[in-house]
Amino acid sequence: MEIRFLSCAVFVCSAAYFTFAQADTAPGDVEINAISIDKPLTDVAGDPANGKKIFINRKQGNCLACHANSDMKDQLFHGEVGPSLDGAGTRWQEDHLRTILVNAKAVFGDQTVMPGFYSLEVGADVRKDLIGKTILQAQDIEDLVAYLSTLK
Amino acid sequence: MHFTNNKTLFTLIGIALCVTASATPVDEVLVIDEELEMTTRVQAVEGHPISEIYSGWHYRTPETRALEADSFANPGMLGVEQGEEIWHTVEGSEGKSCASCHDDAAVSMKGVGANYPKWDEKTQRPKNIEAQINSCRVENMGAEPYKFDKGGQKPLTAYIKNQSLGMPVELDLSEGEMQSWWEKGKETYYLRTGQLNLSCASCHEQNHGKHIRADHLSQGNVNGFPTYRLKQNKLISLHNRFRGCIRDTRAEFPDAFSDVLMGLEVYTTWRGTGLSVETPAVRQ
Ligand code: HEC
Ligand code: HEC
Ligand code: HEC
Repeated sequence: MEIRFLSCAVFVCSAAYFTFAQADTAPGDVEINAISIDKPLTDVAGDPANGKKIFINRKQGNCLACHANSDMKDQLFHGEVGPSLDGAGTRWQEDHLRTILVNAKAVFGDQTVMPGFYSLEVGADVRKDLIGKTILQAQDIEDLVAYLSTLK
Repeated sequence: MHFTNNKTLFTLIGIALCVTASATPVDEVLVIDEELEMTTRVQAVEGHPISEIYSGWHYRTPETRALEADSFANPGMLGVEQGEEIWHTVEGSEGKSCASCHDDAAVSMKGVGANYPKWDEKTQRPKNIEAQINSCRVENMGAEPYKFDKGGQKPLTAYIKNQSLGMPVELDLSEGEMQSWWEKGKETYYLRTGQLNLSCASCHEQNHGKHIRADHLSQGNVNGFPTYRLKQNKLISLHNRFRGCIRDTRAEFPDAFSDVLMGLEVYTTWRGTGLSVETPAVRQ
């Protein structure tokens, strides 16, 4: 009896969660507490394999421009502007990695050169076709968080 | 997953930076054709945020550096030769060439390019070599001004600057309103632009000596322009380079010779004070 009640509650709960969180959190609605964003930006769990692709892709994350990463030794040319991301998943919790990716300034301060990948706090004279757009999409951020968490 | 405190984090970052800071400028001397020793590193002018100034030459591969050290191998010298031809070519309604008035450029243009941009009383703004060429074409030759990067603009600019090869860059900021253009240029230099939210300083001041993907970041000095870019197989003008760097931040970029880019030329030229004119420098 008790068990049945519990599973029922879980069912109701997850159904409610689905209808509530169907839309991704918009860049302006992301809540950052200190350096934490504990709520995922989407309700689809991050896919680390896709996160790895976004990390490499020059048109998407292009993270290798600034970071070395031993997990992708096959890729030529790793940047040195930021620190190596080896062990990033050990140094950081997921909710902090999410903040670094959404808006690195919230973690490292205004002077950081790391772009905010899901933020509308951008520079002057943004290219016209990019006005109001973020560098990455909400799901890309979740995929990257999942991928970075594997870097132990 | 464990959260490490900020102190540990910054130590970690510090270690990572130390390890990667090996990609500094090479410790070598540029001697052109085994006789002309160039000043490619110099103590910065007063008020400069970096203490030692390096030419972009120090950040290039051994092969690229060698090309610049040999004027026969330097592919930019073809552009300079083209500029010499144009110097002697009659154009416009007055039936004159540059040489009709300025004669031997090796004499009349020696040292000129090292001190540009200069204040221009007529237009009440700084003029670079490109602007001076156009003013001579229009007013002294009765010819059409060159459009940006078109006609003889790049080769002739390279030819004129090459007459100052090895001479130190120095601006006179006391002329006219040069100082206020310097200020404007400085603002532009530190302005973060585009979706990537980066300024010139983000790359060339905070991170020179490091790799950004395959590119070894220099201090972004302008003493070698027009430069020969191996990637593009041609001479690249300074304002083209400025626009390319701004575009890469995913920003709209200003027009060539606009007030914004003229200010930037004044300011960045000042940052390289004391470096030898290297035109045509060879870059990747
Ligand atoms: C333009 C350069 C640049 C790009 C591009 C960039 N970063 Fe960074 N990143 C930095 C810098 C610099 C830091 C160090 C923080 C600081 O001091 O400002 C940093 C820090 C980090 C950190 C924390 C470092 C650690 O391990 O402790 C993570 C994680 C990170 N970046 C991930 C990424 C990911 C993922 C991408 C691609 C989506 C990316 N970065 C793109 C420059 C960059
Ligand atoms: C009819 C004579 C005449 C012709 C032809 C002429 N110029 Fe000039 N040029 C001048 C005079 C006079 C000045 C100095 C006053 C001025 O700035 O206009 C000058 C100045 C210059 C300067 C600046 C020198 C300095 O010390 O700052 C440069 C560079 C220059 N000319 C290049 C050229 C080029 C390149 C051509 C051919 C496209 C050319 N000129 C054609 C008369 C001429
Ligand atoms: C995202 C990083 C980045 C930013 C921001 C950037 N640049 Fe560059 N710039 C480069 C790279 C990469 C190169 C080629 C390698 C080198 O010389 O640094 C370069 C080259 C240059 C050069 C040629 C240097 C030489 O030796 O021939 C100049 C000049 C220059 N940049 C000026 C600027 C100015 C001015 C700005 C700001 C409007 C700027 N850059 C912004 C990355 C950047």
